[in-house]
Amino acid sequence: MEDLRARLARGEALVGDGALGTLVMERGLPASRPPEWLVLEKPEALVEVARLYVEAGADLVTTDTFGASRLRLAMHGLAGDVERINRRAVECVREAVGGRVYVSASVGPTGRLLAPLGDTEPAEAEAGFAEQAAALAAAGADLFCVETMTDLVEATCAVRAARAAVPRLPVMATMTFERTPRGFFTVMGVPVERAMRGLEEAGADVVGRTAGREAPRCSTSPARSSATPGGPSSSSPTPASP
Amino acid sequence: MDLLNEIAQGIEAGDDERVRILAEEGLAERLPAGDLLQRGLLAGMKVVGDRFKRRDIFLPDVLLAARALYAGLAVLKPHLAGGGAPVLGRVVLGSVQGDLHDIGKNLVRIMLEGAGIEVVDLGHDVPAERFVEAAVAEGVTLIGMSALLTTTMPRMREVVGLLRTRGFHGGIRTIVGGAPVSAEFAREIGADDYAFDAAHAVERVKGLLGVA
Repeated sequence: MEDLRARLARGEALVGDGALGTLVMERGLPASRPPEWLVLEKPEALVEVARLYVEAGADLVTTDTFGASRLRLAMHGLAGDVERINRRAVECVREAVGGRVYVSASVGPTGRLLAPLGDTEPAEAEAGFAEQAAALAAAGADLFCVETMTDLVEATCAVRAARAAVPRLPVMATMTFERTPRGFFTVMGVPVERAMRGLEEAGADVVGRTAGREAPRCSTSPARSSATPGGPSSSSPTPASP
Repeated sequence: MDLLNEIAQGIEAGDDERVRILAEEGLAERLPAGDLLQRGLLAGMKVVGDRFKRRDIFLPDVLLAARALYAGLAVLKPHLAGGGAPVLGRVVLGSVQGDLHDIGKNLVRIMLEGAGIEVVDLGHDVPAERFVEAAVAEGVTLIGMSALLTTTMPRMREVVGLLRTRGFHGGIRTIVGGAPVSAEFAREIGADDYAFDAAHAVERVKGLLGVA
């Protein structure tokens, strides 16, 4: 497969995949379990979903690892399974895509508030992201997809961790914005321009948004920072409703 | 500036130390604890809630204001006992089963408490059964549910269904919210109302409780 960075540098438009949560629910994700539970208990469902997205024409397919950082898995009593979940989730997608499209390794928020507002130190979050990124890369991910962030400190922790873990892999990073009378901001108060610049400075190759619920009514989509206008950007629509 | 205004401004500034000291000063000056609460702490939270609703301020500012609110409440509470703090109404609140996210639900709690509504907080990962049992046991007529994930929001439907099968439909009402939740989804599952965010939850809850 052609080097992803080369395709991005040419300005090629790549098509991502779609929702994962709704599809894994249809395939038997129990109410009380996080989506990552399927990686351990029902990996064939994830292989099937990935295959469907390849058949639908996706250029990259995302792993079921959105919540597979140590801090977030700990909420479900799965902190001891960080390596195993991330490795197997990549293996599921790899098996389905067979080298035809890129394996995009999802890295989502910890679900914790970082200090000083919350009690989680940024260094702890970053260490967790580094651990997750290393496992994802070792299993053969083609790129990192840091997504749906609202806190720029946490987002840059994840981007830096991914970047440092495996410098050769591209990092895509998105945040979730909502419309306010003064423009688009994340719920933590980060404006688009600052978000894009911060993500780029942390080392992201592709920056963009994961749409919040108001996205369909957006007349203008968050643009890239003026630092690198026209560089790769990413946009994904509002999540599906189950 | 009078002390009550100063307290309200301390809340708006998210200055917990200042609010604590001012609340103590107020009590020392023999101002009624109920006034310090209503015209100080809660007046400040009202401004914070309205500004958050407009996204003039954001989550971090609200959390700091809440910290200041609770610092003030800790001072006033012993003096509010015996009906000093009029409660507008009560609501049972929680994140649905499978959802371990607290931030949004806690924000709703802060906003409701800041508006004088008592919250029976069931925490996160709350099964349908518990929502209903708590509402019945506490004699509360409104259940608020939060979900942050598409994979957990169907649990809200179970609570609504359980209220129906137990014969509480109409007697105990429901309001739902959270990032993936929409007014359309709320209608579809038969919930009584939907709140776009924590700031909007206050007016919706007040409306449902008939204390608007």
